[in-house]
Amino acid sequence: MLTNWLYVGLFIIVALVLPAVTIIVPRFIAPKKPNRIKVDVYECGIETVGEAWVQFKVQYYIFALVFLVFDIETVFLYPWAVAFDKLPLFAVMEGVLFIALLLAGLVYLWRKGVLEWA
Amino acid sequence: MTGLEFVFVLIAALTLFSAVMVVTTPNMVRAALWLILALFGVAGTFVLLNAAFLAVVQVVVYIGAIAVLMIFAIMLTRKVMKDSGPQTNSTWGLAALIAAALFGGLTFALTRSPAATLMAPDFSTVSDPVAELGRALVSPQAYVIPFEVASVLLLAAMIGAIYVAWKK
Amino acid sequence: MDTALLIEWLIKSVILLFFGLTGFAYLTLLERRALARIQVRIGPNRAGPWGLLQPLADGIKLIFKEELIPPLADKPLFILSPILTVLPALIIWAVIPWGRQIVIAGREINLYLTDINVGVLYLTAVASIAVYGITLAGWSSNNKYALLGGLRSSAQMVSYELALGLAFLGPIMLAGSMSLVDIVEAQKNLWFVVPQFLGFIIFLLAGLAEVNRAPFDMPEAEQELTAGYHTEYSGMKFALFFMAEYIKMIAISAIAATLFLGGYRLPFIDLPPILDPVVLFIKIFVLVFGMIWVRATLPRLRYDRLMALGWKVLLPLALVNVFITAVIMVFTG
Repeated sequence: MLTNWLYVGLFIIVALVLPAVTIIVPRFIAPKKPNRIKVDVYECGIETVGEAWVQFKVQYYIFALVFLVFDIETVFLYPWAVAFDKLPLFAVMEGVLFIALLLAGLVYLWRKGVLEWA
Repeated sequence: MTGLEFVFVLIAALTLFSAVMVVTTPNMVRAALWLILALFGVAGTFVLLNAAFLAVVQVVVYIGAIAVLMIFAIMLTRKVMKDSGPQTNSTWGLAALIAAALFGGLTFALTRSPAATLMAPDFSTVSDPVAELGRALVSPQAYVIPFEVASVLLLAAMIGAIYVAWKK
Repeated sequence: MDTALLIEWLIKSVILLFFGLTGFAYLTLLERRALARIQVRIGPNRAGPWGLLQPLADGIKLIFKEELIPPLADKPLFILSPILTVLPALIIWAVIPWGRQIVIAGREINLYLTDINVGVLYLTAVASIAVYGITLAGWSSNNKYALLGGLRSSAQMVSYELALGLAFLGPIMLAGSMSLVDIVEAQKNLWFVVPQFLGFIIFLLAGLAEVNRAPFDMPEAEQELTAGYHTEYSGMKFALFFMAEYIKMIAISAIAATLFLGGYRLPFIDLPPILDPVVLFIKIFVLVFGMIWVRATLPRLRYDRLMALGWKVLLPLALVNVFITAVIMVFTG
């Protein structure tokens, strides 16, 4: 079991080599002559106004919040799904009830208008 | 030192180092990234404990959801690039002292408690731990009540959060 | 841990990465040629026979390009984000099986890197960390277009991840396991696309959105965001973002083939295991070509419609799909 994970861990390290090489090699062979206009913020030739870090919509945060809750609930369903065909009817119904509660939460959000991206 | 111990020390060092960086980095987005690395370290520790399911869930929930939420919150509320204020205030010495005392006390209490000598059951002999977990979650002899309560709790948490955060 | 195993593993990893890289290179060529044909053009055909050396020419050109870093950018993160974008696309391959066992020189070799019992959750986990590269690329560039592109993409990926995760549940329930090898073996006689047709459709749509492909390529909508999150990137760093996108395309096709289309197996016929990777390759090719075709056919969605599709259509459908699967499995035993 653990050797399987060792393979995963080592594969992550080996996989890191590829992007690392791609980043490092051009450092030595690519030309480097930056000037002020070249490295300026690119906005299709128009000079940039103000900062890039503007206030953005609160909806991004709200969607992330809702996602968090659903994500945790989904994770609970995975072991249930694995054990599914060995479960008695009662246990299956427990899982179905769990899904129904998830749907109820979704209906609440929908009715409340949280899911509108206006 | 066996290979396993070596990997453990490596992961533990990585986790602790990242945790220190979280509290000492002035830039909030970078601090959040260090936090993600620390959480990865915890996932690695779960793997070493033969708790693969928890390790993956750690990544899915903590790194994939909670940390995303944090980064959004940081980006929403601060002018991040200009964050360069001091990381400590005048009471940091006292706080460090209390933290050290708490750590010492907890270590003392835990090593003295009978739980310290208990060995965790060896899960590697269970043929399919995930299926076992799935059965335990919905079986009336085990965790079915916490399972359903967790669902209701999450629903309540979501409704509460939306009620607070959502202004029409 | 014996050395022979380690060497075997190393060879398999290198082969896997090599295929990822070549796959990426020739997929760009395939896409350009296919798009050109669909638009009644010819496409790149000058470098080498049928343009086969075009990817190489592109690569050489990009290596010798100057790489600009905007002075106001957060430099370490600016360099880190392309790496963080490519890494998930590569490591997702660790659990995808490309065959059974073959015997070479008396040694039994498994044609997969590793088989963990939480394989499907591993896929979800890797998909969920894929958000960071793009978000950070947008954030660290200190450019309005880039920031907006990064934010859009993270909100989009997060939204479709739920549908994706729930679509995984159907095959898991049918196979009774999260190991991808078990799931493929469970499809020996019946591909899961038949009992899980709805799940398959949800998976394909969510998968397209997860890899930011047309018609869900909001993060790089040229007309409104110039190039989105990689506006400020140039040279090989820019190439890394493309590499990530194309390798993810191949990966998502491989996952679709593994979970729903029988993976490396053909139904009823038992091929010798040495042909398993070929079978998987053909399935991946068909799916990838479908993705290119979709790009040539469909216009981009508007952002509010995109979010509505994720939350109001795919998420409830995915939940209902799990529900229906559970009910049917109870009745049919």
